[in-house]
Amino acid sequence: MEILYDRSENTMRITLFGELDESSAESVRNSLDRNIVLSDAARVIFDFSRLSFMDSSGIGVLVGRYKKFSGRPVSFFISSPNPTVDKILKLSGIYTIMPVVETA
Amino acid sequence: MENSIKVILPAISRNEALARSIVAFFAVELDPTIDELGDIKTAVSEAVTNCIVHGYPDGRPGDIEIYADIRGDAIHIEISDSGVGIADIEAARRPFFTTAQGEERSGMGFTIMETFMDLLAVENREGGGLKVTMEKSLRRKIGVQSADASAG
Ligand SMILES: Nc1ncnc2c1ncn2[C@@H]1O[C@H](COP(=O)(O)OP(=O)(O)O)[C@@H](O)[C@H]1O
Ligand SMILES: [Mg+2]
Repeated sequence: MEILYDRSENTMRITLFGELDESSAESVRNSLDRNIVLSDAARVIFDFSRLSFMDSSGIGVLVGRYKKFSGRPVSFFISSPNPTVDKILKLSGIYTIMPVVETA
Repeated sequence: MENSIKVILPAISRNEALARSIVAFFAVELDPTIDELGDIKTAVSEAVTNCIVHGYPDGRPGDIEIYADIRGDAIHIEISDSGVGIADIEAARRPFFTTAQGEERSGMGFTIMETFMDLLAVENREGGGLKVTMEKSLRRKIGVQSADASAG
């Protein structure tokens, strides 16, 4: 899976391309941790507009990042999930720790 | 006679995408919506990943058996492994229950299968391993049916 990191002002937008499942979770996790630390951004937006598939492995990755960075001054947001991914995020209660942001 | 498929795959991570795509392709016969296909793909991915991660822990080798057939307007799916099975199935099916805390698992697999499909049954197999049975009704689209009839 490809990941695009776009830092501007205090926000880092992370766009995930393709499918996030157990087979890709490990490398996604490592890439996210490295780049979130490096960016030192106050706001991280996960842009899911190009994410075609995600299962509960993705929930594990998101909750894991939230826990890992809970001691740091960074907040996480989610943007543009497809309807199936949106259902998984709702079911898992992710939006209570990573609210939705509308973005252009 | 209604259609069916049977697939046996080695329990390795890179077969997760293959397994869910195979079942999704098979379901196309019932003319599902994009969202219904997404539901089926996700539920299959959960069951198959569980075989790989939990059924055969520590990367031990084994097979995943996938069977699917069409029952009226529903797709029926069975996903089985010959691994370790589950001691307490009722507990395992609860939301957020996981035996793999250290690995960033969410414990939402069975909850997703149950929510996205119309039926979920989980049972240990005789001789070891787990079998997950799921069904989802896909109301056939009337427009497509009548188009078929007039063409034939
Ligand atoms: N095929 C399987 N073989 C053995 N144990 C399983 C299998 N599938 C699920 N389990 C058990 O059920 C638990 C819950 O599964 P699930 O809801 O998918 O959550 P997760 O996979 O995130 O742990 C697992 O942690 C595991 O203990
Ligand atoms: Mg699981």
